[in-house]
Amino acid sequence: MTTTLPAYDEVVARYEPVIGLETHVELGTNTKMFCGCPTDFGGEPNTRVCPVCLGLPGSLPVANKAAIEATIRIGLALNCSIATWCRFARKNYFYPDMPKNFQISQYDEPLCVDGYLDVEVNGETVRIGIERVHLEEDTGKTLHVGGATGRIHGATESLVDYNRAGIPLVEIVTKPIPGTGALAPEVARAYVTELRDVLRSLGVSDVRMEEGSLRCDVNTSLNLPGQEWGTRTETKNVNSLRSVERAVRSEMLRQAAVLGAGGRITQETRHFHEDTGDTTPGRSKETATDYRYFPEPDLVPLAPDPAWVQELKAALPELPRLHRRRLQQAWGLSDADMQSVLNAGAVELIEATVAAGATPAAARKWWLGELSRRANETGVELADIGATPTQVAELQGLVDAGKLNDKLARTVLEGVVAGEGSPTEIMTNRKLEVVSDTGALTAAVDEAIAANPAIADKVRSGKVAAAGALVGAVMKTTQGQADAQTVRALILERLTP
Amino acid sequence: MAAISREEVAHLARLSRLAVTEEELGTFAGQLDVILQAVAQVGEVAAADIPPTSHSVPLTNVLREDVVTPCLTPEEALSGAPDAEEQRFRVPRILDEDVAS
Repeated sequence: MTTTLPAYDEVVARYEPVIGLETHVELGTNTKMFCGCPTDFGGEPNTRVCPVCLGLPGSLPVANKAAIEATIRIGLALNCSIATWCRFARKNYFYPDMPKNFQISQYDEPLCVDGYLDVEVNGETVRIGIERVHLEEDTGKTLHVGGATGRIHGATESLVDYNRAGIPLVEIVTKPIPGTGALAPEVARAYVTELRDVLRSLGVSDVRMEEGSLRCDVNTSLNLPGQEWGTRTETKNVNSLRSVERAVRSEMLRQAAVLGAGGRITQETRHFHEDTGDTTPGRSKETATDYRYFPEPDLVPLAPDPAWVQELKAALPELPRLHRRRLQQAWGLSDADMQSVLNAGAVELIEATVAAGATPAAARKWWLGELSRRANETGVELADIGATPTQVAELQGLVDAGKLNDKLARTVLEGVVAGEGSPTEIMTNRKLEVVSDTGALTAAVDEAIAANPAIADKVRSGKVAAAGALVGAVMKTTQGQADAQTVRALILERLTP
Repeated sequence: MAAISREEVAHLARLSRLAVTEEELGTFAGQLDVILQAVAQVGEVAAADIPPTSHSVPLTNVLREDVVTPCLTPEEALSGAPDAEEQRFRVPRILDEDVAS
């Protein structure tokens, strides 16, 4: 069925969106949640499994202290209350991604509740309520075979690798977020971005969406102003920050089309497709009772010592928002300039470049200029462009030392991005250094004067602007490797009294 | 009144992917009813001064340090599996369901 989608402006003029986000974060602990198997990404199938994470009879889980600690720190960073007593629960379901036929999770007694995260959208602060932060175990990976497509429909068999089963997974659930109107997609993206930065600053996860260590489900509903919130859908498979924004927008458009045609929204799980940017229905949502949650009998309750929680709170690092504000001051940037740094994803890159010795202005120039341009052209994230902050600082050092002019520096930077080595190596190997040997430069200047007597006479007669043509000639013979200011000075020295 | 209905038993059977005949539904509903009634007697002695409990051992915070311990080899891991392929557990496809989390 194809429906013509309404224009986004019309949708937000007519309806009010309510969004909500569930984010799953794989913790970067050494071992799994309930056993000592390692958690490294990759690895041959079923090489990181033991009787506990395979659910073999007689095995018993024991909770990982580092995972509990990381979850409490996440809760504290998100301004949550930490439970003084809580339990794990069994979530029962019939699917082979967990060998036990259940997943150990938390249900009505999460470790952290009722917090918030402030995010900035277009210079405005939006406070996102946090409903809960709980701890569970990740599932194994299933591979569907026997069908032509490799997808579950049409497959006859599933092959399961349990390496990932049991890795500590933190689920962070927002409260419903009403009142964001047309900005709903941007708010969703800003929240996940800020959350990712918070998690990274805590050092609890490598938060890589493309590797699945940060995964996001997006709930969306629409209602007419003044009416009750609408039926929501849950969009899964949202694997990049950009997709978070696109998923909310596309679901708002789809729901508006259904409602506009007099239809009803079905409460369901939908899958986001990265290529088309739209969603298709998945299974209809099972109700919580179908999971038959009950307290996990193989684990004793958690009762975090308030003194320990206080200690963890006191040791929290500076959170990204405050950190950014401090950097903005140190770098002397206006709100708008800081915003463009943020939009480019360049905060940490510039910070590291400054730490490696460049001035904030020079660091910003390279990352927001040449490198951002190349990142946009090639469609990669700025952080993955191939140049490191240390290399950028080194490049600027060469410019400051007069060894590279701006044009040569850009050529060297291209070499860096292409993986040719460090700026100094590239400069040396490709003989890009500014000609500072005055003998060679003087010869080139004299040659240019001799070759262009008419222009030289003009300069002699006081038309200093004509010297530009001679500078150009020298730059040409030196293949751009002379410093234009020096060349100009040498020419004027010869031709003017 | 019965503690569990035939419909509830049928629903549980579906969630557990058990093929239960109409006749068996009646049998199981009856048996489960007896079990549930027996367990319900515990509720009769519950009083305000007895807190609900999920565990018979009065312990909290049994945790382990985050230290790697040896794993099984893939051969050992798969030795009890009914079927395996490409070093993975091989199971019949499950449709209309998705991962839990």
